[in-house]
Amino acid sequence: MKNLDSVFAAYMAAWAIFFVYYVTIARRAAALRQDIERLKNSVTRGK
Amino acid sequence: MGKNIVAAVCVFVLLGAAAYASFFIAPTDAKQGLIYRILFLHVASAWTGLTAFFICFVANLLYVWRRQPRWDWLGVSGGEVGLAFTTVVLVTGPIWAHPVWGIWWTWDARLTSTFVLWLLYASYLLLRTLIEEPDRRALLSALFGIFAFLDVPLVFGSIRWWRTQHPQPVVMGGPGSGLDPTMYKVLFFSWFAMLALMTLLLRQRYRLEAMRGEFETAQQEMETA
Repeated sequence: MKNLDSVFAAYMAAWAIFFVYYVTIARRAAALRQDIERLKNSVTRGK
Repeated sequence: MGKNIVAAVCVFVLLGAAAYASFFIAPTDAKQGLIYRILFLHVASAWTGLTAFFICFVANLLYVWRRQPRWDWLGVSGGEVGLAFTTVVLVTGPIWAHPVWGIWWTWDARLTSTFVLWLLYASYLLLRTLIEEPDRRALLSALFGIFAFLDVPLVFGSIRWWRTQHPQPVVMGGPGSGLDPTMYKVLFFSWFAMLALMTLLLRQRYRLEAMRGEFETAQQEMETA
């Protein structure tokens, strides 16, 4: 079982990178949705 | 939203199955032992990253030709997703190299060209944050993206054209190269799982960029009105 820790570390690191990236996309989308809502509200107020 | 969750669960299951196959189905390498199993993650990520950069390249060419925002959206999505996969390659490579070579990193042709590729696509994304005008940003980044892709053949050929510290290719490497048939099956299955993950990420990222594009257009229209 030599180097099992290295193999495990590689898999954990890769999955962490993908997970963090997926979360950043979701967070950016949520922030943009809020901006769109704000824009819509300002258009409604302007009418 | 429901479809997204189903797609994410399917990709998660595929990745789990690929990890299981890498650990329990692929036979242990006679020379390297257990550590070689990183190959199924490292090589599959590398191929997937290059696939994403190819999508970015085609989208950049189409943007320059057609000037339609959707190609710009696809271009940036491909570039960013490719960068995520290349980051995995650059992280998992040294984890494998340290026990096998005794060093984390060396500036050989494959490692250097891959690092340059990472820098080029990081610059591509950085460039986009520096230009505010959408059409100008799309055109300049498409041109830069086409230039950045020139490094991809160099990455591919580096272990074929020059003697490198990096191992020789396992696919299309000529006589003497290759893997055990079961290892091949596991490698291609791992690549398939990574491609599924790439498709999921690309889809999410494209949607975000499309939303941003529409938001910027609406904002511009409001400012001019």
